[in-house]
Amino acid sequence: MDITELQEIAEKERANQKEIRVHCCTSTGCRAANSMGVKKNLEAAVKDHGMSDRVQVVGVGCMGFCGNGPLVEIDSKEKLYEQVTPNDAESIINSLNGGGIPTAPEGDLKHPFFARQVRIVRETSGKIDPERIEEYIAAGGYQSLYKVIHDFTPQQVVEEITKSGLRGRGGAGYPTGLKWATVAKMPPGQKFVVCNGDEGDPGAFMDRSVLESDPHRVLEGMAIAAYAVGASEGFIYVRAEYPLAIERLEIAIKQAKKLGILGSQIFESNFDFKVNIRIGAGAFVCGEETALIASIEGGRGNPRPRPPYPAQHGIWGNPTLINNVESFANIAAIIREGAEWYASIGTEKSKGTKIFALTGKVKNNGLIEVPMGITLREIVEEMGGGIPGGQVKAVQTGGPSGGCIPASLLDTSVDYESLAKVGSMMGSGGMVVMDQDTSMVEVSRFYMEFCRGETCGKCIPCRAGTVQMYQALTKIINGEATEADLVKLEELCEMVKFTSLCGLGQSAPNPVLSTLRYFREEYLALLKQGVLNGKVAVHG
Amino acid sequence: MSVKTLKIDGKEIAIEEGATLLQAAKEAGIRIPTLCHLDGITDIGACRLCLVEIAGINRLLPACVTEVSEGMDVQTNTPKLKEYRKMIIEMLFAEGNHVCAVCVANGNCELQDLAIEMGMDHSRFPYRFPERDVDVSHDEFGIDHNRCVLCTRCVRVCDEIEGAHVWDVGFRGAAAKVITGLNQPWGTVDACTSCGKCVEACPTGAIFRKGATVGEMDRDRSKLDFIVTARELKQWTR
Repeated sequence: MDITELQEIAEKERANQKEIRVHCCTSTGCRAANSMGVKKNLEAAVKDHGMSDRVQVVGVGCMGFCGNGPLVEIDSKEKLYEQVTPNDAESIINSLNGGGIPTAPEGDLKHPFFARQVRIVRETSGKIDPERIEEYIAAGGYQSLYKVIHDFTPQQVVEEITKSGLRGRGGAGYPTGLKWATVAKMPPGQKFVVCNGDEGDPGAFMDRSVLESDPHRVLEGMAIAAYAVGASEGFIYVRAEYPLAIERLEIAIKQAKKLGILGSQIFESNFDFKVNIRIGAGAFVCGEETALIASIEGGRGNPRPRPPYPAQHGIWGNPTLINNVESFANIAAIIREGAEWYASIGTEKSKGTKIFALTGKVKNNGLIEVPMGITLREIVEEMGGGIPGGQVKAVQTGGPSGGCIPASLLDTSVDYESLAKVGSMMGSGGMVVMDQDTSMVEVSRFYMEFCRGETCGKCIPCRAGTVQMYQALTKIINGEATEADLVKLEELCEMVKFTSLCGLGQSAPNPVLSTLRYFREEYLALLKQGVLNGKVAVHG
Repeated sequence: MSVKTLKIDGKEIAIEEGATLLQAAKEAGIRIPTLCHLDGITDIGACRLCLVEIAGINRLLPACVTEVSEGMDVQTNTPKLKEYRKMIIEMLFAEGNHVCAVCVANGNCELQDLAIEMGMDHSRFPYRFPERDVDVSHDEFGIDHNRCVLCTRCVRVCDEIEGAHVWDVGFRGAAAKVITGLNQPWGTVDACTSCGKCVEACPTGAIFRKGATVGEMDRDRSKLDFIVTARELKQWTR
């Protein structure tokens, strides 16, 4: 396949697209609310009304407003319908003929929830059918891959990514270009590219959505990375809990191979890239890169000490590049629009956009892609619509590795440095909004319970420490703790943070530390309660 | 092979490139406590007892897997490290069911030695008293999971030296345990060669030789009978 053939596919696809495209979400969230039933009825209604010549029902990926699914969008008319039931389908199609008003509630696409978004990764999410490569190509897909293979040296690709300022979207924010450069500089030979899709933070589903809605974008990013670092084989590690993402990836890989976009001699060059899918078995710790490598190799998903880093010693001892799903999904756009364009979005040190799964007590739940540097207040109050009848108490970012940011710091800019400064972290993109009725001690115990269950058990501080911290928090919540217990808890947090082997243990105390920092009075109130209830004796 | 010079606890040391900090300290006569380390098998940096402070590096690194480099300035015994080590040992005692008085390894136990070395007289953390199994299905050996500290020395010695890979780790977190075969009774694992390397590798009394435990003494009275009557019966072997 060469560029004219690629353009032919795109043109043919565009020519075949009908005047009105009715987009029906077929991603996991809306599927759970019976969007497949909606889609079936939409298709039947189009047929019944004899509109097949100009109306096309398309099953698309995630549109983002997951809290109000199933979602149906009339693309050309910029209309969005929410909480659509199969019974509403008929009236939606009928309205396209000017016949009446749809029975499903109409959404406001001008609302800040949509209007404030900057869509780079999610550019075509919810716009194209993720199971058809032609739609991705028609939207400009795989042209970046073609461009790098024919116009760029691997070195130039690495430089471009470095210039863009892209940083790892898995949460830690390591400069992507630097990572690529390290792997590229390793002596030639067998190298691997790995896509980390083992998303596991409670409440986070950004990567699932990207994989389900636009699998080709991730594959294109991986192929570009492979070209840049000199790898010929790649793995996508997806958790087994994401069956739809796996299914769509399988379809995508098959389609790309058939067109000669993946596999041997891609775009008739001498660049080969083969992608395999590896399915996780349910361990959160496998999102840690060394554990992920062990799991890909077929071993138990245990982390190992670094250095050596995977860039030097990865899968079966070979140099390995590991990036997150969202990181890879940024690559095609960076190549297409240029590093300067990407670097113009965001803050000085954090470039581009970030996807967040906005959940919790906030009015508008769902996925948002926002430019770095937006404030938490803009996200929570404007886009999220605040908390109906309540007040924001805290925003949790970074999942079990992150922290709770109090309402008083809502003007914090969303970038790697600012979030770390207030004791939280960017994380992979979970954002949970809490109201005044939420007990922050309960929140920290919730995350500790999660870590306690997910620690692999290899190193002692994490294995035994999370159990002890959980017990101490339970004791405090039950009003059975004294101030000495609180001191002990703080000692434990420090020790687990500084002595654990991998990121899971090192960051497990963060939710406790951040709530102790901003909501210490809640811990103290519980200690006092214990004395009042006579459960704790007062000494001296 | 080039030589690296470094400072450990202020002491100047020269050692060949590729050596670990633990080896360097040992050569210099500086003791760094370890538990999961065992000479001859791969180090995994799991017990975190050998963590050391290195000037210019903002995190603690395990001496067993950190290679020496030129000009390193290492501290092995700061008050903070001592405190962390003590907490680790206390947590180990609270995590399992370690009752020295009735343990086969009493007096020959690395966990006990470490507790003494750290100056630990009690655990400040509440004991969890987990319910754990004892597997004595093997003819010669037994494992008491109550005493296991999950150092995985048995796993590595069996895999790397005996080449049998009978042992592995199963489950996660607090439920993690060493398993034999596919988590089946030890006695039913065909791969076990009964070499006993795991028994020798175990730092505590978790894996033991049968017949050595408290109350397990078995008198062989028929032996007396044999000695007395063997000549008469012309029975030269038993």
